Amino acid sequence: MPDLSTSTGGIHSPNPFWLASAPPANSGLQIQRAFEAGWGGAVWKTLGVPIQNVSSRFGGHTIRGVQGAGFSNIELITDRTLEANLREIAETKRLFPKNPIIVSLMEETEASWRDLIKQSIDAGADGLELNFGCPHGMCERGMGSAVGQEPAINERITSWAVKYSTVPVLVKLTPNVSDIVPHGLAAKRGGAKGVSLINTIKSIIGVDIDTFVPQPVVRNQSTNGGYCGAAVKPIALHMVAALAREKDFGLPISGIGGITNWRDAVEFILLGSSTVQVCTEVMLRGYPIVQDMIDGLQQYMRTHHFSRIDQMIGKAIPAYSEWGDLDMNYETVAKINADKCIGCQVCVAACHDGAHQCIHPQEGTRVPRIDESECVGCNLCQIVCPVPDCISMVSVDNGQKPASWNDHVTHGTQLRPKKGVH
Amino acid sequence: MTAPLSTQRSETVFQDFKLPLHRDAAVAEANRCLFCSDAPCIQACPTAIDIPQFIRKIATDNVHGSAATIFDSNILGMSCSRVCPVEVLCVGSCVYNHLEQPPIAIGKLQRYATDLAFENGWKFFTAGPSTGKRVALIGSGPASLAAAHQLRRFGHACTIFEKRSTVGGLNSTGVAPYKMKADRSLDEVEWILSIGGIEVKTDVSVGTDISLTSLEKDFDAIFVGVGLGADTALGVPGESLAGVHGAVSWIESMKLGSVGMAAVQRAVVIGGGNTAIDAVRETLGLGIPSVTMLYRGTHSGMSGYSHEWKAAMEQGAQAVWQSVATAIEGNGRAQRVKCVQVDDHKAPIAASDFTLQADLVLIAIGQSKLASMLSSLSGICIDKGCIRVDTNGFTGRDKWFAGGDCANGGKEVVNAAAEGKAAAMSINHHLMGHHAHA
Ligand SMILES: Cc1cc2nc3c(=O)[nH]c(=O)nc-3n(C[C@H](O)[C@H](O)[C@H](O)COP(=O)(O)OP(=O)(O)OC[C@H]3O[C@@H](n4cnc5c(N)ncnc54)[C@H](O)[C@@H]3O)c2cc1C
Ligand SMILES: Cc1cc2nc3c(=O)[nH]c(=O)nc-3n(C[C@H](O)[C@H](O)[C@H](O)COP(=O)(O)O)c2cc1C
Ligand code: SF4
Repeated sequence: MPDLSTSTGGIHSPNPFWLASAPPANSGLQIQRAFEAGWGGAVWKTLGVPIQNVSSRFGGHTIRGVQGAGFSNIELITDRTLEANLREIAETKRLFPKNPIIVSLMEETEASWRDLIKQSIDAGADGLELNFGCPHGMCERGMGSAVGQEPAINERITSWAVKYSTVPVLVKLTPNVSDIVPHGLAAKRGGAKGVSLINTIKSIIGVDIDTFVPQPVVRNQSTNGGYCGAAVKPIALHMVAALAREKDFGLPISGIGGITNWRDAVEFILLGSSTVQVCTEVMLRGYPIVQDMIDGLQQYMRTHHFSRIDQMIGKAIPAYSEWGDLDMNYETVAKINADKCIGCQVCVAACHDGAHQCIHPQEGTRVPRIDESECVGCNLCQIVCPVPDCISMVSVDNGQKPASWNDHVTHGTQLRPKKGVH
Repeated sequence: MTAPLSTQRSETVFQDFKLPLHRDAAVAEANRCLFCSDAPCIQACPTAIDIPQFIRKIATDNVHGSAATIFDSNILGMSCSRVCPVEVLCVGSCVYNHLEQPPIAIGKLQRYATDLAFENGWKFFTAGPSTGKRVALIGSGPASLAAAHQLRRFGHACTIFEKRSTVGGLNSTGVAPYKMKADRSLDEVEWILSIGGIEVKTDVSVGTDISLTSLEKDFDAIFVGVGLGADTALGVPGESLAGVHGAVSWIESMKLGSVGMAAVQRAVVIGGGNTAIDAVRETLGLGIPSVTMLYRGTHSGMSGYSHEWKAAMEQGAQAVWQSVATAIEGNGRAQRVKCVQVDDHKAPIAASDFTLQADLVLIAIGQSKLASMLSSLSGICIDKGCIRVDTNGFTGRDKWFAGGDCANGGKEVVNAAAEGKAAAMSINHHLMGHHAHA
């Protein structure tokens, strides 16, 4: 049986699945039910000076009929009293000593950070997560992403936290920056033991086109919120990978953003995460989703002969390269398996209108023909094809030696002739 | 152990009525599942499989985990996926029924996961460390198999006594071949037995070949899973003519052997329950041109499932309602059934007699009860032919437990599986010193 135990920044966990700091980790009873269901750890809903929330506060993004494909919120940090949160942290720790509780914090002054850190650790926190990420409300008050967007402030506050903390400090980064790397490095300079990312993405989830009010609607107004859920996974994966492959970084990563199942979790781990956190999918489906995450991951590890999580962490990073280092002489063309084709010709429209006009209808059959001499191998047709394994991208032996753009620029290496350019 | 199946079985002509799902269709269907909380489908399943969870696992291509979820609740999950009347169980309770959208194809998804588990030879269970306790199980049907497998997980040694040469109970000898054929049932039995430590003695009839008292002496606990007995006779003249059969017995011959149907032009099936409908669909499926169901009640009063009768009608079945057979006539073999109409109180209506031509008559009006075999054991209560048990399958007599058709009077495979497992839990308590039923 593969070993699922792992750790991020010295915070040990029986499995890599943590609740992200958000409504599913709002209270002791919730987190206890989550641990019961199998969650490895939990990042407590951000503590700070308790706030007051609005109604409504969430928005769902329906994409082609799939409800909740994306999700947004305008809620702030905890609205519960500090006493209640601390009491429940202690209680939950007593009941589930093996499951790490990471307490998320957001404060303003050094003194208030110091006090909150002490109280959290006294209550039993196994680690702290500094919330430098919230993109709405809190940042207007000079906290959250206002901190995460300024490396110098990030570093300073992280160093305060590290100074006052006896447990590992993780910094939760905001994706609302053009390049994540300086922010990860700032956290590192501040002494963080690891980072968590991503928090939510600044967004407007939609507009009610009949009442002219953006969503979510608060009486007759709205505000920008934080986007999350399945749709944000690609953005999160990139940011995680950008830090994982940064030579000067090297801190453990807790990956967050759009994780809905074990497959997503595996992707985050392969790109450098040692734990993963989930918020939206739990909000949409409940704690029991972790069962599939656990045994799906175990089965994946068995099939790939991994016995421990650390053997997987960052395994896809070596293959993540700069565009300039990709082999430009590698050539593929699309092939249609006529036996599988159902004749929708969606690929014809896609190629004609959105690619290189090289898939053509044929007389006497609904199965289209690919003009391979024109096909640039973009794989748009494969992406739109509704039939799995019907269109495949086949590599072409063009007799060319591998050559990247950088090889070409620096050494004048010959590139293959361009295709599809007229 | 079990006798090899004949290759000349009439049942082999049948195709699956419900077609299996391939991966892409299964994943697409699984993604429709709402993952309901406190899901009605779980409540509707007698073995309480965590259906939303196993379906979610199909959606994520975690088929191994999906099958593990199914088998953890119901070790007969593979046959249940084929034979369960899902229309009135899980699928019937799916909330999509309230949305005027097709309910989730739970049975087909369960089949997808369990078939893959079987075909890949995945093993999910190991026997518990040996407790030194021995349990006898009478009958090798779903109830006993579920009980034995669970008992092995606890580490108790099991011996199954089966009076037939074929194991699996009605799963092998009774269920309609367009749902499952005998070979699949035997595959499943073998797969269940692969946990090890379950000895199966076929061709041993308990009560005849081995006495109840010797079982009681030699074993630490006994589970009775004998199911139901022979078809009930109609009690009309001509019942012993050639071409007249009890339906369950005829179905067994059709499933395990060959029934020559070439000369049969018209069949009459007497009864209105699920066995009757099965017999109608089976005779039609074997190519008999005209098949009529003769039932003493009304269409709406029949106990057979309406979805099954609908399928039978689509196959071309005919029915004569509110009528009974008074005699079967023929020259050495059945040629016609004399009938009379009955009123709402099932009383014959004067001068309403009519005749149905038939060269095959199948009688499907119920099965006898076998519980009387236990009547010599004090402390066991027989109630309307059924062995009375508490919710844990305990009979009231020390060491004796029962479940499945012999205790519930005749329900479904999934009920037998649930009751067998529940009894195993309680046998374990009994053997390990905690009297759950004290
Ligand atoms: C024609 C027919 C079709 C059916 N179709 C379906 C269906 O599609 N779906 C569904 O869910 N259910 C169906 N059922 C019901 C289902 O088959 C039963 O509910 C289920 O098999 C009961 O399991 P069991 O273990 O209690 O008994 P059984 O399956 O009847 O097994 C009992 C076993 O005990 C053996 N036995 C009996 N007496 C002794 C003895 N003295 N010593 C040793 N062995 C003994 C018998 O030979 C038999 O093998 C059908 C039933 C019939 C009759
Ligand atoms: C309703 C809601 C409230 C959130 N509150 C917090 C919070 O208090 N602190 C925090 O660090 N992140 C908060 N987040 C962000 C999540 O922890 C997480 O980083 C983000 O939602 C991305 O993960 P997901 O795609 O799994 O939802 C919140 C997210 C949502 C949807
Ligand atoms: S989810 Fe619960 S709290 Fe939120 S609006 Fe619905 S009922 Fe109210």
